[in-house]
Amino acid sequence: MSETKKNNPSPVLDQLIARFGEAVQIADAPHGDTVIVEPTKAAEIIGWLKNEPGLDFNMLMDLHGVDYLPRDPRFEVVYQLYSLKHNRRIWLRVQLGELNPEIESVVSLYLGANWLEREAWDMFGIVFSGHPDLRRILMYEEFEGHPLRRDYPFNKRQPICPPLTKHL
Amino acid sequence: MAVNQESGFLTTKVSDFLGWCRKYSLFPYPFVTACCGMEYMSVSSAHYDLDRFGAAWPRFSPRQADLLMVVGTISHKMAPVLQMVYAQMCEPKWVMAFGVCTCTGGFYNNYATVQGIDTIVPVDIYVPGCPPRPEAVIDGIIKLQKKIQADHHSMFGPKSDERN
Repeated sequence: MSETKKNNPSPVLDQLIARFGEAVQIADAPHGDTVIVEPTKAAEIIGWLKNEPGLDFNMLMDLHGVDYLPRDPRFEVVYQLYSLKHNRRIWLRVQLGELNPEIESVVSLYLGANWLEREAWDMFGIVFSGHPDLRRILMYEEFEGHPLRRDYPFNKRQPICPPLTKHL
Repeated sequence: MAVNQESGFLTTKVSDFLGWCRKYSLFPYPFVTACCGMEYMSVSSAHYDLDRFGAAWPRFSPRQADLLMVVGTISHKMAPVLQMVYAQMCEPKWVMAFGVCTCTGGFYNNYATVQGIDTIVPVDIYVPGCPPRPEAVIDGIIKLQKKIQADHHSMFGPKSDERN
């Protein structure tokens, strides 16, 4: 994995930049090929990576949200794709602003993204437009807010059952 | 043995006898949600053998159980289910908080976890530990049996406990 670094970009990154140009920036990451992608282009790029012959990133390993609170594009969505055919991975990071963190859903490309996007919505409040059923998956419906946001108070509790008044 | 001043000789003897019967025929309902369940399997099967203390046979219907063993972390989402299971059990009934997550929330001091199940159901015996050793669970069962024996048991009607 260590030979695919910034100094020696992998053929996949070369192809990505040749195809999408400014929409893609190579990020320096220790774990492998990582690119920062324009939010409006993300779904298109992922679809291309999946369907382009010779790349075949046919598996969505993981999709998650990140909250970098003091930073200006506050949120990030990270896609980790894997090519079963070529045993190759790629990470795509999409930066989203605080006011309207919205990005196009990739459920039409990877069915497995359904619950992953619901989790990112539940925990961080990132909206995936075009998702067939975007509702909470871990927390209960009555829960207010998004608990993994860094400005969610760490000691805030929202119990469903009111506490017992009588103790033994 | 607590003797009620208003009770006569016969009543207290009946109470003692019922307490003796009840403490050696506990039917646990294992409400297992997390890793403590492994320890529960160990304590309830042959190696540590809760049968020696008359609390062996797990009933997987709360209607046939009288000891609710809450084994593992209870999240706020799970809390109404636990209350429903507790409400379905017939009197007399007892509750054991098995493991530190059920006692206080443990190290899950976060948005998702109930900070001690005694905030949602009344608890009779707490067995802390992460997970508790089988010996600790057996100690808890014996302490619960002492508590049951010391309770007042009536032949008719509900247990004379104030918790309802």
